[in-house]
Amino acid sequence: MLSLEGVHSHYGKSHILHGVSIRVERGEVVGLLGRNGVGKSTTLKTIMGLVRPSEGRITFEGRDITGQAPHRLARIGLGYVPEDRRIFRLLTVLENLRTGLDRPDVAEARRTELLEKVYASFPVLRERRNQAGGTLSGGEQQMLAIARAMMLEPKIVLLDEPTEGLMPRMVSQIREIINVLHRDGVAILLVEQNVPMTLEVCDRVYIMEKGTVRHHGPAAELRRNPAIVHQYLGV
Amino acid sequence: MTQRNLTAYWTGFVVVLAVLAVAPFVLPEFWRRFVTEILIWGLLAMSSDILIGYTGMVSFGHSAFFGLGMYGAAAALLTVRPPNLWLAIVYGLVGAAAVAVFVAFFATRLRDIYFSITTLVFSQIFYVIIFTWTEVTGGENGLTFRQPPLSIPFVWSQPFTPVTLHWFVLAVVAASYLILRRVTQSPFGMVLQSIRENEARTRAIGYPVERYKIVAVMLSGLFAGLAGVLYALQNRFAAPDFVFFLISGEVVIFNVMGGMGTLVGPVAGAAFFFLLREGFSRFFTEYYLIPVGIIFTLMVIFVPQGLLGFARRALNR
Amino acid sequence: MIPIDQILIQAINGIVSGMILALVASGLTLIFGIMDVVNFAHGELFMLGAYMGVITLATTGNFWLALLLACLIIGLLGAALQVVALRPLLGRDPLTTILATFGISLVLQNYALWQFGPVARKIQEPFTGHFRLFHLDYPYYRIVIAVLSAAIIGGLYLFMKYGKYGIWIRATTQDRVMASAMGIPVPWVHTAVFAIGAAMAAASGVLFGPLVGVNHAMGLDLILRAFIVVVVGGMGNLGGSILAAIFISLLEAFASIWVSPAQAVIVSFVVLILTLLIRPTGLFVPTPK
Repeated sequence: MLSLEGVHSHYGKSHILHGVSIRVERGEVVGLLGRNGVGKSTTLKTIMGLVRPSEGRITFEGRDITGQAPHRLARIGLGYVPEDRRIFRLLTVLENLRTGLDRPDVAEARRTELLEKVYASFPVLRERRNQAGGTLSGGEQQMLAIARAMMLEPKIVLLDEPTEGLMPRMVSQIREIINVLHRDGVAILLVEQNVPMTLEVCDRVYIMEKGTVRHHGPAAELRRNPAIVHQYLGV
Repeated sequence: MTQRNLTAYWTGFVVVLAVLAVAPFVLPEFWRRFVTEILIWGLLAMSSDILIGYTGMVSFGHSAFFGLGMYGAAAALLTVRPPNLWLAIVYGLVGAAAVAVFVAFFATRLRDIYFSITTLVFSQIFYVIIFTWTEVTGGENGLTFRQPPLSIPFVWSQPFTPVTLHWFVLAVVAASYLILRRVTQSPFGMVLQSIRENEARTRAIGYPVERYKIVAVMLSGLFAGLAGVLYALQNRFAAPDFVFFLISGEVVIFNVMGGMGTLVGPVAGAAFFFLLREGFSRFFTEYYLIPVGIIFTLMVIFVPQGLLGFARRALNR
Repeated sequence: MIPIDQILIQAINGIVSGMILALVASGLTLIFGIMDVVNFAHGELFMLGAYMGVITLATTGNFWLALLLACLIIGLLGAALQVVALRPLLGRDPLTTILATFGISLVLQNYALWQFGPVARKIQEPFTGHFRLFHLDYPYYRIVIAVLSAAIIGGLYLFMKYGKYGIWIRATTQDRVMASAMGIPVPWVHTAVFAIGAAMAAASGVLFGPLVGVNHAMGLDLILRAFIVVVVGGMGNLGGSILAAIFISLLEAFASIWVSPAQAVIVSFVVLILTLLIRPTGLFVPTPK
């Protein structure tokens, strides 16, 4: 469904991605592991159009989406949850959700339905729906960031380090959410530093180093062979 | 720069200088004046390039330096008898320096857009003061005065002729160019450019960025004031119109059109602007700014490096 | 001793001109807040709005219709300018936008001079009529201007807070990248906001028209004060610029009691300098960032 072929990207003057090739099929949960600075976040940013690739191709559902503007990608089924969340701090929780909900092709009834569904998965958001986003705790903001992306009814969600800085209790909540999304048939491309959780929830895993993919295989294989992970990540 | 490039550069410089020196004999009076004026505005634009092109500080206040140079010279020529050329220059530079100190103070505290807007407001402050303080500055009508003779103090004195004035202006502008070029190529100049590229990093390395900025503003202001003095000498009047912020805007136009960060670029930009103005005036009379403005805007969008921008590297070796 | 009635009259004058300035400045600060563009051409949009008012008034004979039409036309002009000249500059050094809008302001100014000539035009007030204010006959129209300006600004605020696309504008102002990632068509939001700012400037032009003559240079003086107001109020801060506009206008009005209006302008310069020295992020910004 989503594929990157030989993608090169720059961040400012630094050449970060040196030919990245990744695939995510419909409904799959795919993990992207690697040390800090190898280009995991940049990969997601490049897919979402926040960074323009200098080389290579990105296709989604057969269409070439290389370098397209983020707002177009959001409309055709890509959801993005950045690291450090980046919720709209001065908007209320409800308003944050509405940024994704208020789409012209969505009927009022469907909107209410989606909202209810998200409140059911994240009761704390219903509680705080009229509070400004900036007043939420770190974990709550993460919930909001994911819920906001879900308002787009995406076919794939790009999750960038959702468990970073969260307490273990919240980490398992994140894992639950990923499972819920998976059950709903939403594909996920998960960038993470938390290796155990990643190996647990993912079907396949890519490991990156210095801007390219060095290893790729089923999560089960990596669970059996911790040495591979150890080799690239030193954990 | 390689030896070959160096000789090419200096040959070019000498050729241009020679052409400009010969100009008064070849051109009719109108065009002679035209060239002299371009040189003066070119000097002003060059001074502005120190801030805009080399330090990355876009100043919309150069009309204040220019104006005060002009009025300073006027002050000397009106109050001291007999009118003395060098005194006029000194007074003008002092006037410009006073403004420069004022601007420099704020330059260190403000970044980017705030700095630009503030310099804009400053030139207007001086405009209002000059416009309303009629007793001293002649208000709306400005001041008129006689041209001083070209003199070597105590030795010799001769009134200017249009030709000698032209040569004097050419000499001053050429000398200024050489001085400014020396400055921009010196370690000091390198630091300025580093500030333009990345101020935070320059500061992190340990350079006292504020001090460099102050010196840059002073330098820029002095040469702008010098241009004002030359203008006063050439035209024998000083008027508040030249302090109005639109003049600063025109200077920025010269910089952008000619190529920022090249020193000669702005002079070319001034020439380009005035030629366009002459050309368009034939068809659009006083509305020449419509097509010129459009060209300028298009250049900002599509040719931001300006006419000589492509030569920026070469000109700065 | 200054007569109390003079002070009160000047206070009202100050508030009236303050509201006009606020209307212009809010458009300017809105545009800056959302897309980091310092719109040098804003004064010219004000001026062209006034001229449009002259024309539409002459054709329709109705002041309020003329006001509406002028806003629409200039709003469209603003949108066109943004798309043609400012969109290509997205992502570049923000100072290029100052230069580009400066170039546009020169073109618009001289275009107006060319089309309409140097002689000032007049816009007829929608109604004459005075009420007694001490020893003066104070025109109702001036009060109406202030009220209307407040209403327009209020309308803008309500639109941003509760309106259908208000969320889009506020989200884009806060984080344009994430707004885009949420499907908000950021380039169009930018165009829309620029158009709104232009329309507001045009409205000021038409409202202010009857008080002064409409001429090609009327934007110059205004743009300078508008910039001062925006900096003093805190760039991007809507409430701040409104307060700053009224504050500065009041001070200038009071200063006019002693000095000529041309010199009273110095007041705004002084306020700016003090602001830059003491609280550069804006006098009326709640907490310095």
